[in-house]
Amino acid sequence: MRSIIDVLDLSTEEIEELTACAQDIIANPDAYADVCARKKLATLFFEPSTRTRMSFEAAMYELGGHVITMAGAASSSAAKGESVADTIKTVCNYVDIIAMRHPKEGAALVAANNATVPVINAGDGGHCHPTQTLADLLTIKLEKKRFDNLTIGFCGDLKFGRTVHSLAAAMARYPGTKLVLISPEELKLPSYVKRNALNPAGVKYTQTTDLEEALPELDILYMTRVQRERFFNEEDYLRLKDRYILTAEKMKKAPEDMIVMHPLPRVNEISVAVDDDPRACYFKQVLNGKYMRMALIMKLLKEAGKI
Amino acid sequence: MNIDSIKDGVVIDHITAGKGMKLVSLLELDRDDVSVAIIKNVHSRKMGKKDIIKIDADIPVNLDLIGYVDPGATVNIIKNSVLAEKKTIGRPKVLTGVIRCKNPRCITSVEQELKHVFLLRSDGYRCMYCETKAAEEQ
Ligand SMILES: [Zn+2]
Repeated sequence: MRSIIDVLDLSTEEIEELTACAQDIIANPDAYADVCARKKLATLFFEPSTRTRMSFEAAMYELGGHVITMAGAASSSAAKGESVADTIKTVCNYVDIIAMRHPKEGAALVAANNATVPVINAGDGGHCHPTQTLADLLTIKLEKKRFDNLTIGFCGDLKFGRTVHSLAAAMARYPGTKLVLISPEELKLPSYVKRNALNPAGVKYTQTTDLEEALPELDILYMTRVQRERFFNEEDYLRLKDRYILTAEKMKKAPEDMIVMHPLPRVNEISVAVDDDPRACYFKQVLNGKYMRMALIMKLLKEAGKI
Repeated sequence: MNIDSIKDGVVIDHITAGKGMKLVSLLELDRDDVSVAIIKNVHSRKMGKKDIIKIDADIPVNLDLIGYVDPGATVNIIKNSVLAEKKTIGRPKVLTGVIRCKNPRCITSVEQELKHVFLLRSDGYRCMYCETKAAEEQ
């Protein structure tokens, strides 16, 4: 049974297939309106993430399928101490596919190892969140028309930002990828990400603390927020969170065709004034996430022989 | 127990000097029902000094654990007083139930009876679930 835990579980050919499928959904939504008729998706959210859950649910409804949900960890089986394995073995009796979010790293692998239906990891702690990366990839494909020879600037929290690690690893598979890593000293990209994802692929990268200096050479600027829950002390958080704020003024230094991405939600790292800039793509990413979730649900249900 | 003549048992040889006692403890050989000899600081042409463990009983030993603690060790299985099998352990690709993941955010910290599994990566062992690196074995 094929499950998707990490975006690297998908080959570059499969990424092409999924982005092509998503583009076809965008062009012909009616053709997909009944593809998953009478199929059920379970959204199991052991921790709240309203936007991700709504995206999965919207995706399944647009494919003509049904959704049953376990939202609110406080009232769920997890609160009563039931294991992930037991919850999954139970839920598999009711549905054709599962999207699961869990606060513990590796929970999605435990789910997949115990499931009789495909499991999509909708985020497992700070570990993986493959459908966010799929949304990022479709956005890049639609806006830049290619995956190769792109210079991507990652800015903000590169240490804990799993979306950064995941997208960097996914883009490392394409020729000509260059990364510009923009972060404060304390939040630099971990060396194991460089060693495991970037170096073996021969990806060129530079590190800097200066966003404005980096802007002119970028095709893509990927902003991230500094997450309060990652810090033991409030002082460090407050000092680092305002380090990089993208403003309309700074955008003047960026190329005309550079795009700005952000996994959302933002705190204050992109000024609202930037939203009106045609280069701002972060709300498009949200919509693209729904299309890629539709494409992925269809792919996994097809592979499982369910549709 | 004559340590030179084991009839049916296991000899763990080429152990890095000083690791013999530790292996005995980790392999849970310090028990009442098995004759075990630990020979320390044996002269070795290749290694200078080495430890050897001789187990005078046909019991299974956890090869993954030996490979993790001391990948250069060799395991000789003795049957009917002859050497039946000789294994050089090396570093196992997968370690199941040998070491524990210490990441409090890892699913292994809460999931009932979930075995801790580590995979050998380019930079050492990492938890199969959360990718946290195992503390280096001293
Ligand atoms: Zn772990």
